[in-house]
Amino acid sequence: MNIHEYQAKELFEKFGVPSPNGQVASTAEEAESAANAIGGSGLVVKAQVHAGGRGKGTFKNGFKGGVHLADTPAEIKDLAAQMLGQTLVTHQTGEEGRFVNKVMVAESVDIESEFYLSILLDRATCRPVIVASTEGGMDIEKVAEETPDLIVKEFVHPLAGLQPYQVRKLTAVYGLKGDTAKQFAKLIKNLYKLFIACDCDMVEINPLVVTPDGDVLALDAKFGFDDNALYRHPDIVAMRDTTEEDPREVEASEYDLNYIGLDGNIACLVNGAGLAMATMDIIKHCGGDPANFLDVGGGATKEQVAAAFKIILSDPKVEGILVNIFGGIMQCDIIAEGILAAAAELAITIPLVVRLEGTNVAKGRELIANSDLAVIPADNLNDAAEKIVKAVNS
Amino acid sequence: MAILVDENTKVLVQGITGGFGGKHAQLSIDYGTQIVAGVTPGKGGQTFGTSTPIYDTVSDAAKQSGATVSAIFVPPPFAADAILEAVDAEMDLVIAITEGIPVADMMRVKAAMEGSKTRLIGPNCPGVVTPGRGENSHGGCRIGIAPGYIHKRGNVGVVSRSGTLTYEAVYQLTELGYGQSTCVGIGGDPINGTSHLDVLKMFNDDDETEAIIMIGEIGGNAEAEAARWAAENCKKPIAGFIAGATAPPGRRMGHAGAIVGGEEDTAEAKKKILAECGIAVSETPSDMGKTLVGML
Repeated sequence: MNIHEYQAKELFEKFGVPSPNGQVASTAEEAESAANAIGGSGLVVKAQVHAGGRGKGTFKNGFKGGVHLADTPAEIKDLAAQMLGQTLVTHQTGEEGRFVNKVMVAESVDIESEFYLSILLDRATCRPVIVASTEGGMDIEKVAEETPDLIVKEFVHPLAGLQPYQVRKLTAVYGLKGDTAKQFAKLIKNLYKLFIACDCDMVEINPLVVTPDGDVLALDAKFGFDDNALYRHPDIVAMRDTTEEDPREVEASEYDLNYIGLDGNIACLVNGAGLAMATMDIIKHCGGDPANFLDVGGGATKEQVAAAFKIILSDPKVEGILVNIFGGIMQCDIIAEGILAAAAELAITIPLVVRLEGTNVAKGRELIANSDLAVIPADNLNDAAEKIVKAVNS
Repeated sequence: MAILVDENTKVLVQGITGGFGGKHAQLSIDYGTQIVAGVTPGKGGQTFGTSTPIYDTVSDAAKQSGATVSAIFVPPPFAADAILEAVDAEMDLVIAITEGIPVADMMRVKAAMEGSKTRLIGPNCPGVVTPGRGENSHGGCRIGIAPGYIHKRGNVGVVSRSGTLTYEAVYQLTELGYGQSTCVGIGGDPINGTSHLDVLKMFNDDDETEAIIMIGEIGGNAEAEAARWAAENCKKPIAGFIAGATAPPGRRMGHAGAIVGGEEDTAEAKKKILAECGIAVSETPSDMGKTLVGML
């Protein structure tokens, strides 16, 4: 799950991680009064979308740039008016772009030096790792590739937590002294608290800046949350902005289905994530192009299977469907009933290949054979993939 | 001899009174597995099915029943605690089937387990099957959620993150006439108790296992780590498959751990490493069995 920059700022405020003074606005007037409240002459207004490259993006109305500096509240109002209610296209959004519902108005900060700081979950050691680099404001993967010596990793024992000596080591990485060092120590301790308390799998501050006055601020942040832990964070779930997501994925999540839209024309409905990936792979191998990843999970009901069909068929690119079920938890007869229910309701007219194996397979195959549906049965995975590719291409 | 479990293994089930746990406990009993006890806090003294006693705590259940292995079907919010309770009861093996445990919980569980005698398999895994010698492999040890009947007792070891891909490989082997020594699903989460490498080492040391199928997917470097070890140390032929060649980068493909972050995470990179390490990589998931048989 992703959140907006202004929401990241709210989390930072809650946990005592300092960031530039700023406010979110939904209208140009709100943006103006936000600018008045912040005061001063150096201001910045930023479009709030879940995508990088905002500064270099272009709005569909022709207005250039999703991030602008301004000197007065009147200028901020004018800029906000050209961003709000418009669609911003950046190198990360694709052609369709993202609709801008909100902008953030903030003080523009003078920068003495800028650093990189993040906390991630390290799979190899099963520990949180703090990644620090003096190379702030850059693409960290590029830094890792070109100058790996400039990246320092500090692993935190999950039961002991972040230790004072680790904070001192990180402070030394950045070469911070005096009050600035104290401010940083507080920031990293609070950031680690936030990482744990909110079940993040990533918090990245890039850049972390020191101002000419020696203050330490998180200038831009990126968050990732562990989806498995969202059940204990209703406040974070409430930050979800479904207008930023593929509507099919939003609908799938309402039915507890794992759906990811792709560009091809052969839809697949599979149980199990590994088999779902492998089914996409074999469609490609047979010369087809998968339209989606869809894992209906282990305990899917008839209703979920029917919903899965609806979501698949709402993609206009889809010209054929491959159902591949190897029932362990999943019972083949449940899938069969779901297929029949969906077919009755949706009048499926495109080729449908079904391969069933596993628990209650005989019952499942019988249900489909006895229906008047034009299903193409398949004996194994390869057979299924070949049949659907052939049916779609003919 | 098989690995981890065999027909003599005594198993208790944590979460046996839940719909999911109960259903699969019964399927295991029907398969001929010795499910000797269940654990559900507050339901001690009751009986599951016809004769399986239920206890309030794992240590009680283990002491009374002689179980050495625990299968966990407890819902995600309580699963970390359930694993640690089984560790505290000094079980030899804990198999966590539960899907959706917060990663932070698993991080703490892993750290808390350091130095304990217990091996953890999973979470978010299909479990472990050592097939029996009866009809449709009846009489074996089935712990977890795999369909028992697709197995056949034999000499191929199977290890995989994914449940359904394990079934696929097992089914192909059985159809080709090759049975399995033990099939191990290690689970699709980013943090798990037992790795591909751990299982390869066990298969390498097992007299009954003569060949191995190793199935992996995008994300992390566990398959590469196992392959590199195998190149130097494994005496037995290995066939492999990596799922996710068509997965878009940066997206989580169902499994919490199946995400392409860096270049080494991709299916292409992993397949290349496996091939360089002498593992026969299957081009499609439909050829896993054939690929292995081709090596024998």
